[in-house]
Amino acid sequence: MIDLTKKTLCSLVEGIKKKEFTSEEITISFINNSQKGKKLNTYITANFDKALVHAKNFDKKKNFEGLLSGIPIAVKDLFCTKDVKTTAGSKMLNNFIPTYESTVTTNLWKEGAFLLGKLNCDEFAMGSSNETSFFGNVINPYGDKLIPGGSSGGSASALAANLTPTTIGTDTGGSIRQPASFTGTVGLKPTYGRCSRWGIVAFASSLDQAGPMTQNVEDCALLLQAMSSYDPKDSTSVNVKVDSYKKNLTEKIKGLKIGIPKEYRVENMPDEIDSLWKKGIEFLKDAGAIIKDISLPHTKYALPAYYIVAPAEASSNLARYDGVKYGHRSKGNNLIQMYENTRSEGFGDEVKRRILIGTYVLSSGYYDAYYTKAQKVRQLIKKDFDEAFKDIDAVLTPSTPSSAFKVGEKKNDPISMYLNDVFTVPVNLAGLPAISVPAGHDKNKLPLGLQLIGKNFDEQTILNLALAIQKRANFKKEINEWWKS
Amino acid sequence: MSIDKDTVKHISKLARISLDDKKVDSLSKNLSSIIEFIEKLNELNTEKIVPLTSIIDASLASRKDDVKKENIRDQILKNSPEKNEEFFVVPKVIE
Repeated sequence: MIDLTKKTLCSLVEGIKKKEFTSEEITISFINNSQKGKKLNTYITANFDKALVHAKNFDKKKNFEGLLSGIPIAVKDLFCTKDVKTTAGSKMLNNFIPTYESTVTTNLWKEGAFLLGKLNCDEFAMGSSNETSFFGNVINPYGDKLIPGGSSGGSASALAANLTPTTIGTDTGGSIRQPASFTGTVGLKPTYGRCSRWGIVAFASSLDQAGPMTQNVEDCALLLQAMSSYDPKDSTSVNVKVDSYKKNLTEKIKGLKIGIPKEYRVENMPDEIDSLWKKGIEFLKDAGAIIKDISLPHTKYALPAYYIVAPAEASSNLARYDGVKYGHRSKGNNLIQMYENTRSEGFGDEVKRRILIGTYVLSSGYYDAYYTKAQKVRQLIKKDFDEAFKDIDAVLTPSTPSSAFKVGEKKNDPISMYLNDVFTVPVNLAGLPAISVPAGHDKNKLPLGLQLIGKNFDEQTILNLALAIQKRANFKKEINEWWKS
Repeated sequence: MSIDKDTVKHISKLARISLDDKKVDSLSKNLSSIIEFIEKLNELNTEKIVPLTSIIDASLASRKDDVKKENIRDQILKNSPEKNEEFFVVPKVIE
């Protein structure tokens, strides 16, 4: 029998419609794979029994109206799911059962998909290696000592190991694109406002965006279409028509102008990243694109600005975890002590670090020197892109400055961990859409991705360009499924 | 600027996170290196720049203030670490 877990999302959707297989068969295949994949530590909560019931019901009624009819999907455990535990990778929410469903997951279920499980992630999405999760670190299918990237590391690892047909993550500073790059998968951060943030555990509200993580670009176009919507419940949701990204997908990109920003050629960048970038340029030239050198002069200030803005917003967002209405509670002799002990025991080290940095930069006497300064720099970074996009249609850069690194390698050095996001963070600050597409391997056969950055709400162009790269890079997943033994 | 131990204690009080002395020590080092990293911004003259407060062009949309009855009080209370009938319970505040 054919292995259904090796199929792309699009071919599963087609195959169900053509009665080649049933939703139940698909669901059983992915449940079996997920149960054999425990060494990867991707799941926090399995929803297998309910998923099977759902699949059986689907097969009885066979309603093919949705874009994702009959497809089980495991999602990052940052999306609130009604009656299913939602932890955000934190001890603080280890017993939290939402009474509501996030808008993005609601959209997926409206399109005929159903929940397979909740996937591991860095605690409150704060991390670049999935090592800050209260539920232990996730392993990259490319090696038993490798991190999968973060914060959507469980999503990326489960996807690459075929434990779920597709998945969704969130991206505040690179949390979809960096793990996609580290696991040879496709990840897209939509334009800020494209997907509703309602019902997603908040980290930094002016940067957070949910997005698709998929096996290939075609799947990415389909899933983006399914999850996007205008949502009055999110005051920063933008009322722009959702395109038929999948239907409009084309590799005909002749004449499109692609900017190559010289500032992304960072110090100590490995040769193989540089040559991957050059390969990407050749791929796009081959497809008929016009390459232009551009300058984004404030790029090197993006990371420092991000590490003011994101912790500041986090310190405010995470003030809600006080042990009163939900979540972890510790004992204390009075109300204040109860708060302090709850937050000390409920949060992990990285989350505490960021709350404290955020509290510091927002505190009286320092607010202007740090927070206002960072908002001004954010303005400059956005203006860099605005200026560049007068003359070009998209920007091509590497997704990450290296391939996946080893568990523990950067855990005790926050700055070297933060530097992972040097190519992804500017996009979040500017609110732009960007996609990471696998384009090659390093000398250790680990996957590397290229990033395409688009204009606001022009996800279609970066999907088309990513498709052109995908066809030419001919990236092959080389995983020996060691975890099954 | 470096973050000394007293500053760590001060901001942890503001953030309502209790820390033991060992943690204060290690955080003082960690936070100092992060602050040093973000102070790279001081190289830039931003005197005439308007701070970016929203990346969305449009102003925030408003909606009707409708009352929606979902009757989920009991479900919400179920998530509470300590409750008493329809109330959340906290340590005694008024003596």
